Amino acid sequence: MLRSKMNAAVLALVCALGIAAMPGPARAVLTIRITESTEAALPIAIVPFGFAGGAAGARAPENIGQIVADDLARTGRFDPIAFPDLPSRPSSVADVNFGDWRILGTANLVIGRVEARGPEQYAITFRLFDVFRATQLAGFEIVATTRDLRRTAHQISDIVYETLTGERGAFDTRVAYVTEGRDANGERRYALQVADSDGANPFPVLDSVQPILSPSWSPDGARLAYVSYEAGRPQVYVQELATGRRDAVAAFPGTNGAPAFSPDGSRLALTLSKDGNHEIYVLDLAGRRLRRITDDPAIDTEPAWSPDGASIVFTSDRGGKPQIYQVPASGGEARRMTFVASDDYNARASFSPDGRRLAFVHGVGGRFRIAVLDLETSAVNVLTDTRLDESPSFAPNGTMILYATVSGGSSVLAAVSTDGRMRQQLAATEGKAREPAWSPFRSRR
Amino acid sequence: MFPRVARLLGVAAVAVVLAACESTMGTKDGEQQPPVTESQPSGTQPGATSQGVGAGSTFRGHPLDDPASNLSKRTVYFDFDSSTIKDEDRAIVEAHAQYLANNPSAAVTLEGHADERGTREYNIALGERRANSVRQLVTLLGGSVQQVETVSYGEERPAVEGHDDASWQWNRRVEIIYRTR
Repeated sequence: MLRSKMNAAVLALVCALGIAAMPGPARAVLTIRITESTEAALPIAIVPFGFAGGAAGARAPENIGQIVADDLARTGRFDPIAFPDLPSRPSSVADVNFGDWRILGTANLVIGRVEARGPEQYAITFRLFDVFRATQLAGFEIVATTRDLRRTAHQISDIVYETLTGERGAFDTRVAYVTEGRDANGERRYALQVADSDGANPFPVLDSVQPILSPSWSPDGARLAYVSYEAGRPQVYVQELATGRRDAVAAFPGTNGAPAFSPDGSRLALTLSKDGNHEIYVLDLAGRRLRRITDDPAIDTEPAWSPDGASIVFTSDRGGKPQIYQVPASGGEARRMTFVASDDYNARASFSPDGRRLAFVHGVGGRFRIAVLDLETSAVNVLTDTRLDESPSFAPNGTMILYATVSGGSSVLAAVSTDGRMRQQLAATEGKAREPAWSPFRSRR
Repeated sequence: MFPRVARLLGVAAVAVVLAACESTMGTKDGEQQPPVTESQPSGTQPGATSQGVGAGSTFRGHPLDDPASNLSKRTVYFDFDSSTIKDEDRAIVEAHAQYLANNPSAAVTLEGHADERGTREYNIALGERRANSVRQLVTLLGGSVQQVETVSYGEERPAVEGHDDASWQWNRRVEIIYRTR
């Protein structure tokens, strides 16, 4: 346990140094700080990747070994050995002495090298070994440009993760989130950002002087739906990420909010108050036809689809306090899903990708935390212990949840493993970050 | 001392003319002063005529700017997860309803807001419910539906940026913003 905590501290330090030492313009706007370590994580040795080619004294433009180690550590299932504790730094099979690694007690070893192949062109090879059997479990060569090196590192993380756990990795994915800062005149500026799953390479896809919220990914990852106040009131837009082209798909009087793409991408569930109070509707995107799903004088909002598209969960205060309800996606009788002490506040649910769990915001005694409801057992597991947590979003493989919280007086993004064992903060170095939405997988299987 | 929030409705590139920056004078739960809010006058300067509001006042400016009148108070505060207008704030809403009834060309936007606790979209709904409850009282007391627009910002535009009760009490609010006086 002690060793594990020390490793976590060292890892955070190395991570910070790695970013400070990166050449060129600062890439990482989000720095990762581990807030909780884990005792049950599997030790793994990841060796900094070797570098070959290029001018004398040249270095690889990205520290791929570090990116892979950080990815795996973030899941809470792996405990990468800190680089200074490595007995040797092999980058090819011939240099690996399995005895060294057996003594260390790590079952698995990752080595690799980056070779410059031309201007901005690299070949990245990596190998994953079973140290005790002295066998290679996976090995690949990937060719990438400078721009794609971080993505390549995440793909390596995905291969290592899947080989060792049997579950698909979700590192080569993206996150959308909203930042708020101040411009030179002290006015609030809002941006909708899309970044890699570890927060690196943020790109603002929308800038505004008016609030932006509730980003939702289309199931193919090509579009984002969101709410923007740019017209002076909340309206729902759908934006194509590749082109930046966008449409106001819901601009009715009153509030247009809380968009959520259906699993087939053809419809949006959303909240409209055009008929007097907040109700859930489903908008057919091609024909722009609206279907009203709820009809209650209470607030109904924050719809989320079940993965099979058959039902929608939403927040309603029809029982007096915000609670989570489920309704058939075609409309009908709503069924209450959260039953806890009467004064509790349960809201903004989303389904796990396998449809077996709901993540939601659980408020009790004035503290708002991220909780998961197991739909089979009805057990509720509270995953966080901070007090202003919101916007939980599952990784596409269901192993982690991104959310927003307040730390040090500012809103930041954080990640927690779905079992609650590992929590990490992704702190924006500038402004406030919130409303994270984890993208789908980049490719279908 | 408190962040100044310029409310820009619509296009942002409009020159901001700050006028009528009155701070409401009441105190809540202690010694604190409420945040100063700035209302954004509409493009046209007031052409409205003064009415005899605020009996006994020697104030010579526009009645909406008379610090002795409830009309100079433009913010109504709420309890957590509540949209009920408190008794102590009712007179403010009544004064504005009266003014709107007497000045048919005047128009307001009621901006509903929530504190940061709870979820963002629910808070937009809550802010709208607060704005609607003010609108309901205004129209009940003589203001017409055409004079009153509502918009909710939920927790997106706090008046005070703190993460404690002392800040939250100023953020659960409806701001009465005159588009035309």
